[in-house]
Amino acid sequence: MKRRLVVIGAGMASGRALEHLLSADPGGWDVTLFNAEPRGNYNRIMLSPVLSGEKTYAEIVTHDDAWYAAQGITCRFGEAVTAIDRAAKTVTGARGTVAYDKLLIATGSAPFIIPVPGHKLPGVVSYRDLDDTNAMIEASARPGGKAVVIGGGLLGLEAAAGLASRGMEVTVIHLMGHLMERQLDPAAGYLLQKDLEKRGLRIHCKGATKAILGTDRVEAVLLEDGTVYAADLVCMAVGIRPETRLANDAALEVGRGITVNDQLCTSDPDILALGECVEHDSQLFGLVAPLYDQAKVVAATLAGAEAAFRPVQTATKLKVTGVDLFSAGDFAEAEGREDIVFRDPARGIYKRLVIEGARLIGAVMYGDTADGAWFFGLIKDGADITAMRDTLIFGPAYQGGAQTDPLAAVAALPPEAEICGCNGVCKGTITAAIGAGASSLADIRATTKASASCGTCTGLVEQLLAVTLGDDFKLPAAQPVCACTDLTHEDVRRLIKSQGLKSMPAVMQELGWKTSCGCHVCRPALNFYLLADWPLDYTDDAQSRFVNERNHANIQKDGTYSVVPRMWGGMTNPRELRAIADAADKYAIPAVKVTGGQRIDLLGVKKEHLPHIWADLNAAGLVSGHAYSKGLRTVKTCVGTDFCRFGTQDSTGLGIKLEQRLWGAWTPHKVKLAVSGCPRNCAESTCKDVGIICVDSGYEVGVGGAAGMDLKHTEPLAKVPTEAEAIELTVAFVQLYREHAKYLDRPYKWLAKVGLTWVQQQVLDPEIRAGLIERFDLSQTVYQRDPWADRATPAAQAAFAPLADLTREAAE
Amino acid sequence: MTDAWLDIGALDDIPRRGARVVKTRHGCVALFRTAEDRVFAIDDRCPHKGGPLSEGIVHGNAVTCPLHNWVFSLETGMAQGADSGAVATYPAEVQQGRILLDCARLIAGRAA
Ligand SMILES: Cc1cc2nc3c(=O)[nH]c(=O)nc-3n(C[C@H](O)[C@H](O)[C@H](O)COP(=O)(O)OP(=O)(O)OC[C@H]3O[C@@H](n4cnc5c(N)ncnc54)[C@H](O)[C@@H]3O)c2cc1C
Ligand code: SF4
Ligand code: FES
Repeated sequence: MKRRLVVIGAGMASGRALEHLLSADPGGWDVTLFNAEPRGNYNRIMLSPVLSGEKTYAEIVTHDDAWYAAQGITCRFGEAVTAIDRAAKTVTGARGTVAYDKLLIATGSAPFIIPVPGHKLPGVVSYRDLDDTNAMIEASARPGGKAVVIGGGLLGLEAAAGLASRGMEVTVIHLMGHLMERQLDPAAGYLLQKDLEKRGLRIHCKGATKAILGTDRVEAVLLEDGTVYAADLVCMAVGIRPETRLANDAALEVGRGITVNDQLCTSDPDILALGECVEHDSQLFGLVAPLYDQAKVVAATLAGAEAAFRPVQTATKLKVTGVDLFSAGDFAEAEGREDIVFRDPARGIYKRLVIEGARLIGAVMYGDTADGAWFFGLIKDGADITAMRDTLIFGPAYQGGAQTDPLAAVAALPPEAEICGCNGVCKGTITAAIGAGASSLADIRATTKASASCGTCTGLVEQLLAVTLGDDFKLPAAQPVCACTDLTHEDVRRLIKSQGLKSMPAVMQELGWKTSCGCHVCRPALNFYLLADWPLDYTDDAQSRFVNERNHANIQKDGTYSVVPRMWGGMTNPRELRAIADAADKYAIPAVKVTGGQRIDLLGVKKEHLPHIWADLNAAGLVSGHAYSKGLRTVKTCVGTDFCRFGTQDSTGLGIKLEQRLWGAWTPHKVKLAVSGCPRNCAESTCKDVGIICVDSGYEVGVGGAAGMDLKHTEPLAKVPTEAEAIELTVAFVQLYREHAKYLDRPYKWLAKVGLTWVQQQVLDPEIRAGLIERFDLSQTVYQRDPWADRATPAAQAAFAPLADLTREAAE
Repeated sequence: MTDAWLDIGALDDIPRRGARVVKTRHGCVALFRTAEDRVFAIDDRCPHKGGPLSEGIVHGNAVTCPLHNWVFSLETGMAQGADSGAVATYPAEVQQGRILLDCARLIAGRAA
């Protein structure tokens, strides 16, 4: 007698289970197969290639009509089961009731829909089955269509890539800080985002959907931060939950999924379940590998054989053509775990292995996943990796640890690659010069002009010499920025610009940083380079700034701070002095001093008082003097024509104008200016970074003076007839310094490296000067803000105060 | 003494790679939050010349003192590299976005 098996759900898991059962026990079963979808089994994971157009539905069908007919399976497709009667042992669908001896539930899962306003509008789809896929394909048929995909996990990204390859303009909104956060760490997530952006996808991380907008159908998606993205189609791919409604109604034991034992029996011994709808040993399943193992066990159990389901680790790959990523196991950081990280920025490769004791427990790979299966094997087997630990990251084929050649990248450049940007010299010209006998940097400079100007390409030219001349040329040891990298400041600055690197993770990945987040030496430098080069795109990182700039005051030896209000050009008035005196009283300031730059310094302020004293001084019209910053400090002036009998020009007025133009600008190091009204030089202009001496016929602008550890006289930059030109020259010089100097080089140090002649060529050329000024002013639109005003808020006051006070907490 | 885990505040009260202090009877304790959202508690006084470690730059699981650049491990409190010295560390952890600090030694008013 044939036994009656009813199967609910014709998905990937039940399809495989039926195959095993019917081949093991042909003719033993009378099978009825229900499916809510109006079709039989197909390979669901291939929906993404169908969406992107790489495959058709016909190609992903796993069981066709002929197969069902040959097995004598009664197919009830397009008919959802609505009830299970366990006492009567029947199930009921729209077209009637069927009796069973054994029942197999394989209902998969239901996509999760976030119930934001508008989620029911036409045009909002999930991504689960062929109908969803077809709906998306249909929406993409309209030219110029826009799609928003909510969810930057596996499914969301596959949907997004598919829609984009069909010509839609796609935006992915992801709640977390980086894509696929459950499978990838931030570094790999960054690479993935970059790859996808290169394919034209827009990615918005840390985006929370607030509402889907539209009247008759979707028109746009609104985020909590106020951003609005226009959308003709919205695909929600934010997660799934096991489809357990039938089992619940039938009072089977259900946790997050339908509870099953090792034999995949539910709490009713005649009912089995498998696939995404089940929960085994508190675990849910969302990938097919374990489901296929379950399918074998189900077939065995039904056939009366011994079998037990033991879940195994799973690995993930993203099915977006051309994107290579792999993740398996556990890669979270935790006590006792160690990382091995490998980055090859030139090829966009990132690999990270997580080791606990003698075992590999997790692996994330991006860009080169060839060894993924091998690593996955080590994880699954819990293999002891102690012996190969040193070379583990290089994979199975790699024994012995040859390093990548630092010169290889230069060697690989094509002859037409530009080496020296200032003089437009390409690699071919330089190698030709070497061929003609040039054998040193000086020779190259003399014959090709390469590296003879601003000097930032010096490293490259030296590497070319080394590559071309081999042992005949000794590379001078370049000073790397810090232990986190082998690159020099100049290299880093050049690469940030040439590769368009706009964030700290981007720099660290692309330039192969050796640490996870840099150190106190490189981070402040990178932060400055990024904000100097990309004022509109880069977000300043407070945590990469030295304490003075983070707290907008100078830290003193006892941990208190000093506060210096700005006095434009050194001018003040009784009202301001009164406000300063009041503040000194109110906050019990222990010392008040006049600085060498003609400003008043309030010394010994407690950190938690800072936002309060700022608020008070702000109220009197005073703003921060930036006496703590790598930026413009002061413009010192003498009294000039207003009062002095020798004065030739309004030196005070010019000082005020310069200070108002330049304040708030971040620079590689502090910058000090002075303007003297005549050569008697009462403002001590000739030892400043920029010092102007007014004379009868105009203004003598000098640069690169110093009165610190080194004492240096300024060098004459130019003499100009008008005040406006003196201001222009100063601004252009400061911007040139911002764009080229190494972090923590004062202008005089930088000047010694690049030479006064080159600086003059730049700032005196009207076109270059105009460009410099334009870029400076653009940056000022973002950075010329009074930090005191921004922080004279209750929130800042709370942030500067202790997090908690335990001094009053009683000891038990 | 039994342990005394106190809810000190929300994880988000501390910026990533930043720190806040908790006042205690024997001086301030600095609570650091790393880029990976781990939280560490150590004394806020650098053994060199008393620099406020909470104002240092955090990198990996270490902090650099803002006064003279000594680097300390947040995990062990030990000075790194050529410098020698250590600061006290205290058990701290994050649960459901809240920072819990073992305050037994802190409330007692004695450094361990
Ligand atoms: C687009 C996409 C891409 C994916 N890519 C991958 C991948 O690359 N790798 C990977 O491992 N996994 C992938 N997955 C996940 C994988 O497809 C699932 O884990 C797997 O299909 C689950 O199998 P299942 O049989 O449990 O459920 P399903 O395959 O979902 O089948 C369940 C079936 O039951 C039907 N059903 C539900 N309720 C009833 C009812 N009351 N009556 C009748 N029928 C009902 C449903 O209509 C459905 O057809 C992907 C999933 C999707 C949607
Ligand atoms: S520098 Fe010349 S103009 Fe200025 S105060 Fe001195 S003497 Fe007078
Ligand atoms: S006080 Fe910390 S390094 Fe000197």
